[in-house]
Amino acid sequence: MEVCLLAGKLMLANGGETYRVEDTMLRIAQSFLEGEASSYVTPTGIFLTLQEENQQKTKFIRIHLRSIDLNKVVLVNDISRKISDGLMTIDEAYEKLREIEQLNPLYPMWLKTLAAAISSGLFVLMFGGDWKDSFPAIIAGGIGFIIFVLLHDIAKVKFFAEIVTAFLIGLIVSVSTKMGFGTNLDKIIIGSIMPLVPGVLITNAVRDLMAGDLVSGLARGAEALLTALAIGTGIAVILVFFR
Amino acid sequence: MSYYLKLLATGFFSTIAFGIIFNVPKKALISGGIIGMFGWVLYSILSVNYGYDIMAATLISTLFVAIISQLLARIKKMPVTVFSIAGIIPLVPGGPAYETMRNFVENEYSIAIKLATKTLLISGAIAFGLIISGVISQTKKRNDQIHVKQSQSDDQIL
Repeated sequence: MEVCLLAGKLMLANGGETYRVEDTMLRIAQSFLEGEASSYVTPTGIFLTLQEENQQKTKFIRIHLRSIDLNKVVLVNDISRKISDGLMTIDEAYEKLREIEQLNPLYPMWLKTLAAAISSGLFVLMFGGDWKDSFPAIIAGGIGFIIFVLLHDIAKVKFFAEIVTAFLIGLIVSVSTKMGFGTNLDKIIIGSIMPLVPGVLITNAVRDLMAGDLVSGLARGAEALLTALAIGTGIAVILVFFR
Repeated sequence: MSYYLKLLATGFFSTIAFGIIFNVPKKALISGGIIGMFGWVLYSILSVNYGYDIMAATLISTLFVAIISQLLARIKKMPVTVFSIAGIIPLVPGGPAYETMRNFVENEYSIAIKLATKTLLISGAIAFGLIISGVISQTKKRNDQIHVKQSQSDDQIL
């Protein structure tokens, strides 16, 4: 039971899809258990019930923090495969999952910041901006990413971090265009906020809804909407000043 | 020529950059980048050169990205998301979303609502593309299982 829940929690908290989490938990349960198992997964909590001949156990865990760390999803997926192939005992699996839980992100912070900065610059080009426009975007995107991660760590409130970050990005971009670096304000802002934009969240929400996971879909949709609103508000406040 | 080179380079590196932000494992990073690159090139060619509607171009290129991701997921035995999540990033409607917001700020509500609908529909097209490819692979898998009894772990890749 603990193994199932830990695996489910790790997958869900690191960006696994709802159906994959349910599926993985049931698979693990079925390979160690004679009776029946059922699970119910929403983005904010997981229910699991295991039923053996004469006893039934149910447990619920709450998920507070969600982020995207696909490396962990891959590792948990590997373990669940090994379990269903009978290559791993329950204790080994638990041990491994604990290790994965403690694992640091695959790439160091500076590399991620660099990636965010570069992608911001590239998105300016992709949306039809100029070479000259991509420099302010690189700076704003990089600084924005660091600020977002720091604020998210300190405040633990994602939407607050998003509003402040969007505000700062808007400020940097507006000031730099006023000073003559880059000409196309709109394109630069679009590029710089791309690392924050909840595109994946929106897509996953629609996908969950279409797959019939209505509660998950609505929850993810609400999260995406709030994120978009936070970014929008942050940028809007700046635009009002610099219009 | 330089136009296509620019498309290839921006698509490839932006997808890899997003892969790094999402902690995609190293052995999936390059292949993810290549998928994202072709998705972006396909999208740009369809929407710019052939004048397809943005929704149609998005749907077709998402479908392409998703199907290749499914294949790679089977080959490399990893979840599909690892390949598709960064690959769809260039297609995500960041531009229209921003334009929506800007028009709201400028009190142009009717234009803003129009743009918001467009943003939502493009997201819908992306999700639709992902769903279609998921359904195709599931149906194919079920057929495979009828013919050859597969080990249970095989259909976990989805």
